[in-house]
Amino acid sequence: MIHWLTTPFQYPFMVRAFAASVLVSGLCSIVGAYVVLRSMAFLGDALAHSVLPGIAAGLLVSGRGDRRSLFWWALGTAVAVALGVGWIGERGRLREDTAIGIVFAGMFALGVALLSTVRGFAVDLVHILFGNVLGVSMWDLQVIGGFGMVVLLIVVLFYKEFLVVTFDPTFAATLRIRASFYRRLLLVLVAVVVVVSLQTVGLGLMLAMLITPATTAFLLTRRLPWMMGIGAAVGILSGVLGLYLSFYWGIASGAAIVLVAIGFFLVALLVSRRRGLFRRRSPRDTPHHSVAAE
Amino acid sequence: MMSLRAPVTRLGRRTAEAAHDPTAPALRIRALRVSYGKQTALEDVTFDLPAGARLAVVGPNGAGKSTLLKAIAGILPGDRGSIAVHGVAPEGHICIAYLPQRSEVDWRFPVTVADAVMMGRTGRLGPLHRPKESDRAIVQEALMRVDLADRGGRRIGDLSGGEQQRMFLARAIAQEAEVVLLDEPLAGLDISSQNEVLALLERLPKTTLLVALHDLGIAATRFEALLLLRGRVLGFGRPADVLRPETLRAAYGGSLRMVKAENGVLVVHDTACSGKDRGP
Repeated sequence: MIHWLTTPFQYPFMVRAFAASVLVSGLCSIVGAYVVLRSMAFLGDALAHSVLPGIAAGLLVSGRGDRRSLFWWALGTAVAVALGVGWIGERGRLREDTAIGIVFAGMFALGVALLSTVRGFAVDLVHILFGNVLGVSMWDLQVIGGFGMVVLLIVVLFYKEFLVVTFDPTFAATLRIRASFYRRLLLVLVAVVVVVSLQTVGLGLMLAMLITPATTAFLLTRRLPWMMGIGAAVGILSGVLGLYLSFYWGIASGAAIVLVAIGFFLVALLVSRRRGLFRRRSPRDTPHHSVAAE
Repeated sequence: MMSLRAPVTRLGRRTAEAAHDPTAPALRIRALRVSYGKQTALEDVTFDLPAGARLAVVGPNGAGKSTLLKAIAGILPGDRGSIAVHGVAPEGHICIAYLPQRSEVDWRFPVTVADAVMMGRTGRLGPLHRPKESDRAIVQEALMRVDLADRGGRRIGDLSGGEQQRMFLARAIAQEAEVVLLDEPLAGLDISSQNEVLALLERLPKTTLLVALHDLGIAATRFEALLLLRGRVLGFGRPADVLRPETLRAAYGGSLRMVKAENGVLVVHDTACSGKDRGP
C-alpha cells in the first residue's frame, strides 16, 4: 500500500503534477465559493473559453513552444473579458447571460479561427481544451504559486466587502463601499485563477473545478469561511486522488480529477438530503402567506 | 414593483459619514423625477420629513414606492430635482439603511444571523479592518433589541419570515442608521409577525422611518403620516387627510373597497394583487 502511494513520487514530473493539482484545486475551490454563490457558473465557463483567442494570438505572434509568453497572452485576454463582462452587466441593455453567451461563443470562434491557421492545430487545441498536468514545469509552478498567493491575500483582506457585495448588492450600495469595484475585482480574481489553472485541467473542464468542490462544501456547511475551507479540502483531495487514478489507470488527468470531485459532490448530496439541509425555510413561514395577501 | 436595474454605485470614491446639518430636516425632497430608461417611474415628488418622523408610503402596485425608497437610499439616481438627507445628498451618508423586500435576498446563502447583522458594520469599519470586540458587542445588542439574541448562530434560511425581517432591522441598528427605509416589510408575514415588526418599528429611538406598505389599513392605524403615491404624490399628511375618497379613487381606480371605521377614518383595502407582493 505504502509502495502504491509513493511510486508516483519517484518521477519528478509526477511530483510537479501533484504540487500543481493541490495548488490549483485549492485556489479554484476558494474562488469558486463566490462563483457558486453569485450564480456565476456560466460566467466562469465563458471566461475559460474566452481565453482561447488570446492563446491563439500568442501562438501566432511569438511562435510555438514559448509557453511563458502564451501565459501572459491568456492572462491579458481573461482579465479584459472579465472587465468587459462586468461593464456590460452594469450598463445592461441586454440580459447579462445573453451578453456573456454572445461574447463567449464569439471569442471561442475567434480562437478556433486563429488557431486553425497554425499548423498542428488539432494537437494544440486538445492540449488547451483538456490541459496536461503531467507537463507542468517549475516555471508553471512558480506562476501558480505566486498568483495563488496574491489571489488568496485579496480574498482574505477584502473578505467582508466581497461578502456584502455578494449577499446583498443593494444594501452594499447604501453602505457606500465601492460595490462595483469589488464586483469587478472578484471577476478579475476568477479570471486569474482560470488562467493559472489552464495547464492543469484545461479550459474544457475548468468550470467543474470552480464549482464542484465549492458546491459540495455548500451542501455541508452554513458559513462562508467553512464553505471555502471544506471546498478547498475537497478540491485538493480530488486533485490528489484523481492523479493517482490517472497514474495507475492511464486516465486523462484533468478528467480523473473532475470525476473524483463529482463523486464527492454526490456523497455530499446524499448526506445533506438525509440531514434535511435542503429545507429552505422553517415550516412556520409558508402557510400564512395567503393571510397577508388579502 | 416593476423590474429594477442593478443598483448603480459610483466607483472610485470612499465616503466618510457626511456631516449633518442640524437645521435641515431629516429628509427634503424637491421636484424629484426618477426614470428607468424612457419610462418615468416618479415625477414631481416634493415633501419634507422632520427627524424622528414615521412615514408610511402607500399606493397601488407600480406606484413608485420602491423607486422612491431606492432614490432616497442613493442607489437609484434621480434625473431631476433633489434629495437631501440631513442637508446632504444621500450618496454622502452611511446612516441610511435600506431594507430590501425579503424576496430579493437569497436565503440559502451560507451566513449566520450574526454574520448578516455584522454586515451593517462594514461601512463603518472601512476596508482592511476586521470587526473588533466592540463591533461584536454592537451586533449582539442589536440582536437583543429585535428579540433574536438566541438566534445569532442560526443559518439565515432557518429563520421564519418575521424573524428574517427583524434580522434586517438588527442590521440597520448595527449600522447606526438614522434614516431607515423599509420596502414592504410586512409582505408575506402572518398577523402576529406583522405586529411584532410594527411594535419594533415603534420602539426604534431617534430614527426617521419610511415604510412602503400596500395595506392601507395598517398604514392608517399604525402611522402618523402617510404619503400616497401613483407615479407622483397624490396625498401627504395625516391619514385622515390623505385617505379621502377622491384621492383614493385617483390612486386606485376601481380596484379598492372602502370601509367606514368607527373612529371616522376610512379603512381601505387594496384588492389588486400582483406577483410581486408574494413572499419569497
